[in-house]
Amino acid sequence: MFRFIVRRLLQLIPTLFGLSVLLFIWLHRLPGGPETAILGERGTPEMRAQIRRNLGLDEPILVQYARFLRRMIKLDLGTSTSTKRAVTTEFVERFPGTVELTIMAMVLAIGIGIPLGYLAARRRGRLLDHASVGGSLIGICIPVFFLAYVLKAIFSEHFHWFPSSGRQDPTIGATRVTNFFLLDGLMTREWDAAADALWHLVLPGIALASIPLAIIVRITRASVLEVLGEDFVRTAEAKGLTENTVRRRHVLRNAMLPVATSIGLLTGGLLSGAVLTETVFAFSGIGAFVAEAIGQRDYPVLMGFIMIIAVVYVLVNLIVDLSYSVIDPRVRVR
Amino acid sequence: MRAPRPKAAVAAIAVAALAVAGCAESDRDSDSGGSKKDTLVFGVAGDPKVLDPSFASDGESLRVARQVFETLVRPEEGGTKVTPGLAESWEPDSTGTVWTFKLRSGVKFHDGAEFNAEAVCKNFDRWYNAKGLMQSPDVTAYWQDVMGGFAKNESADLPPSLFKSCTAKDATTVDLAFTRVSSKIPAALMLPSFSIHSPKALEQYDASNVGGTAEDIKYPAYALEHPTGTGPFKFKSWDVANKTLTIERNDDYYGDKAKLKTIIFKTISDENARKQALRSGDIQGYDLVGPADVEPLKNEGFNVLTRPAFNVLYLAINQKGNPKLADIKVRQAIAYALNRQALVDSKLPPGAKVALNFMPDTVEGWNGDVTKYDYNPEKAKQLLAEAGASNLTLRFHYPTEVTRPYMPNPKDIFELLSADLKAVGINVQGIPLKWSPDYLNATTSGAAHDLHFLGWTGDYGDGYNFIGTFFDRVKPEWGFNNPELFAQFKDADTTADAAARTEKYKALNKAIMDFLPGVPISHSPPAIVFGKDVTGIKASPLTDERYATAEFKS
Amino acid sequence: MTITTGKKREKLDRLSELAARQDEQGVSVWQEAFRRLRRNPAAIVGAVIFALFVVVALVGPFLVPYSPTDTIGIREGLIRPGVIPGIDGDHWLGYDHQGRDEFSRLIVGARQTLLVGVVATLIGLAIGALIGGVAGTAAGLGGRWGRWIDSTLMRFIDMLLAMPSLLLAVSIAALLGPSLITVMIAVGVVSVPVFARLLRGSMISQSNSDYVLAATALGVKKSKIALTHVVPNSLAPVIVQATLTLATAIIEAAALSFLGLGNQNSAIPEWGVMLAEAQPYLGVRPGLAIYPAVAIIITALGFTLLGEAMREALDPKLRK
Repeated sequence: MFRFIVRRLLQLIPTLFGLSVLLFIWLHRLPGGPETAILGERGTPEMRAQIRRNLGLDEPILVQYARFLRRMIKLDLGTSTSTKRAVTTEFVERFPGTVELTIMAMVLAIGIGIPLGYLAARRRGRLLDHASVGGSLIGICIPVFFLAYVLKAIFSEHFHWFPSSGRQDPTIGATRVTNFFLLDGLMTREWDAAADALWHLVLPGIALASIPLAIIVRITRASVLEVLGEDFVRTAEAKGLTENTVRRRHVLRNAMLPVATSIGLLTGGLLSGAVLTETVFAFSGIGAFVAEAIGQRDYPVLMGFIMIIAVVYVLVNLIVDLSYSVIDPRVRVR
Repeated sequence: MRAPRPKAAVAAIAVAALAVAGCAESDRDSDSGGSKKDTLVFGVAGDPKVLDPSFASDGESLRVARQVFETLVRPEEGGTKVTPGLAESWEPDSTGTVWTFKLRSGVKFHDGAEFNAEAVCKNFDRWYNAKGLMQSPDVTAYWQDVMGGFAKNESADLPPSLFKSCTAKDATTVDLAFTRVSSKIPAALMLPSFSIHSPKALEQYDASNVGGTAEDIKYPAYALEHPTGTGPFKFKSWDVANKTLTIERNDDYYGDKAKLKTIIFKTISDENARKQALRSGDIQGYDLVGPADVEPLKNEGFNVLTRPAFNVLYLAINQKGNPKLADIKVRQAIAYALNRQALVDSKLPPGAKVALNFMPDTVEGWNGDVTKYDYNPEKAKQLLAEAGASNLTLRFHYPTEVTRPYMPNPKDIFELLSADLKAVGINVQGIPLKWSPDYLNATTSGAAHDLHFLGWTGDYGDGYNFIGTFFDRVKPEWGFNNPELFAQFKDADTTADAAARTEKYKALNKAIMDFLPGVPISHSPPAIVFGKDVTGIKASPLTDERYATAEFKS
Repeated sequence: MTITTGKKREKLDRLSELAARQDEQGVSVWQEAFRRLRRNPAAIVGAVIFALFVVVALVGPFLVPYSPTDTIGIREGLIRPGVIPGIDGDHWLGYDHQGRDEFSRLIVGARQTLLVGVVATLIGLAIGALIGGVAGTAAGLGGRWGRWIDSTLMRFIDMLLAMPSLLLAVSIAALLGPSLITVMIAVGVVSVPVFARLLRGSMISQSNSDYVLAATALGVKKSKIALTHVVPNSLAPVIVQATLTLATAIIEAAALSFLGLGNQNSAIPEWGVMLAEAQPYLGVRPGLAIYPAVAIIITALGFTLLGEAMREALDPKLRK
């Protein structure tokens, strides 16, 4: 097991290296560089040339890449060309927002999706079933950003129930510890700050949850239906076990396996939705920041982001592989 | 795998919550729960970049700087005229190259340091003696725009410095010497980039140390955390994770103290989201109001302020692009073909005007007596026929993903302009490009463009800042070389007497409109909106709104 | 952006297995599937929406009352900042922000929307089929190199699946500049892994199936097996997946337009762009956003219903 982990981690190095070479070349081939973005309409060709020299962009790409590698080895991601702050600082300040938002969306999606999917399966063909299946179809087909605007127009512009933007009311003056605002509020016992942060998560959370919710409802429903038809459930029912016992011990447990697998993988895809949700809700997160960095040709931010995503991806896959061997003794890792 | 048990999970979360609760200190001020009526939350379109205005050129950094810092001279409130700031009076000597400023006394910086002539000179010396990366055009953009170069230019591309020296004659008298007469002095000194900083703080936080490696500029702590000026507000905190920046009243301010205790600038980049935030009460005002929203917001009772138009949108014609464009008749035809009035009426905010010059009429030197090119498609067709350009095809670049005060909706503008051109028989090949960097690259340094539109918002109230920026030298944007015109510009720039210079600007405007390097389209007044109960702010053409006078109506 | 990784993988693998099943059960599977489709109300609704959309897209542009590019409202001075006239007798859905007839634009927009969806799906299909085909063949041939090629390609595809698709599309759009073709390519590339996985899976499951083994045992040439069995059998899952991808392609195109990377040529209206362009006018005329949004939702719904119903009809496991 230990050797397996070490080997997989060693595999990470060539993967990252190859990825970084490809990305580096591709990014630097994008037309236009950061210098135009920095100077705007005030830039003259001379000024642009000067900035390119300053940023070392006039050197051969190999030299630039070597410099990038040297920095990466020291775990230094460089300075963002658009915000002029260290890329690591930017990430530390912006990742928590996206993580909070994603967790909120997943909590909503799972908390509503699994019971709803289960009930729909139990009441197959009845009104609730049709409603949840129809609703989940619409959830998949509605553009996220449009849903976000509609939610805001109704619940914050019209009814003033929820805030329409940001992560926390700035007048609260909350203390920052980890940049996870909810956690910070709990840690510092600033209960109002924690509650306010939670309140700010509701609408963006719902908007972002729409697609995973729809998918979880459908997977749960399908998987429960499948299990309900299995022999062991019939056997259990025939044995005279109470409905509750059957449901808990047999149906739910067996139906949850495919759901659990898909939940893990859904979380990654949420990042796409986060780009749109963060933009519409002026929510400080990594998605909108990176989307903007592409437009600004902010090479250090883009390289750093994709490197991190790659590392996370490899690590998650490693954990998934390991957990399979724990769940299913037939799978052996070698 | 055991199925997850809801009860166990809830218990685990509760235990975890208890475990973290109270494990960090709250550093909240005890009085932060004060009345909401003491705090204004204002929505802005972007995060500021740096807090030291010497290094800033983006509007959001400068907005903060204008509250925290002050300059020697400042624009009159709601206008562009040069009025006293930290200097009470000023005058040039007979040569026009040495300016003497009489300073206000009894002024203190936020850190308690004394404001005096020596402090002013420390600031100018700091800019002038910039080294290394501080000479990079993106770092000291406005200094280079106004002054050109530095004491020791490290790049051959940099022009010689306009600034020569600063001498403190006594505590309240300062002499600024320049290498030549320039139209920029003293008006340009009201740019926030010439804000006077506390020399003590500059030293303490190593403000001039723009370090790091070339590709990896590291700004000093001063520029990111400790801006220290003399203004009515003090910088308090910048919370990137919540996209907010907070400034607080300076209780020791020498003048009228700010009415509100706290101003919070909150970044909401999406225009529609800003509007929704205002309506839902998250914020009590925002900048960059879409033209379509001005009337509806007014009708709902919000305080919509309209800034006097201090910008110009123009259609640029590149004479190096299509050879036909070097023919004045073709350029005139293009001007006659455009229905600028219809564009202004339908697409620009209320109060917008068709432009007659490449500068707005609020600037001295504007000339109403120029060739006007009123909408006349018949004449346009006739001129095209005379020039033998009846079947002309032009590449028309337009930007995407951008709004600017002078062009709130570039695509709409393009559609209307190109429809006008098509109506007189010019074939238009529309080329959309991303504003930054593609569009700016293609139109201002490339050669493969025929038509495009662009604009300018004035930095200070001198005409040269408009027309000089566009036409005083050969630029790839226009592709013409007109030595006569360039000489006329040089002459105007070096005229010391303000009244005489104004006359020269008028003549220049006439010459430009006859030569017609492009077509000025419009001046649009950008709008800024405040909550129904917020009063006291005066809109400024230079976007120099002073939040110190803002208050809530009770 | 929409149907996310987890569901994608599971369903794709399931779908690709189906390919192997059909020949084993004979041609009647198709008839059976069609019979089941006809009985499924969701399938009928989906098919009707699908048909209606295609007809409007093909014929609509010839029937519209006004030119979709004619800025009538501006010419007549009806458009002012903050004023866009609504529905009147001649203009069934009123004007858009440039004074053009909204109804005509909506109808003409159907064609562009269909075009974006179809071309994007075809791009995804073509590249995906190539990668999936190579991987599947390599896996089928086996051997050290075969396995290496297969696993390398699939690891690459898995990485693509894990990348946030919208960011991938945004960076492609940044490379190519905003245009209709950019949207098609960006959305198409995003769906490459879907098709690659599908084709590889279906090829592998077929090469292990009894009928291929039987055919090989009978001495049928490999190329003939491929042409007469493997390819036709892969077709059904591909058609199903293409129908579903069309729906997501339309929604993803709208998201790209919202971020300002969409089609910039106003001569050809497209729903995603119309929706994106309506954002500044939400307060003035919310209809300008609602009409294209509803059109997108209904169309995507139609494609999804039809695709899901086809998948169910072909899946014997769900046939109880």
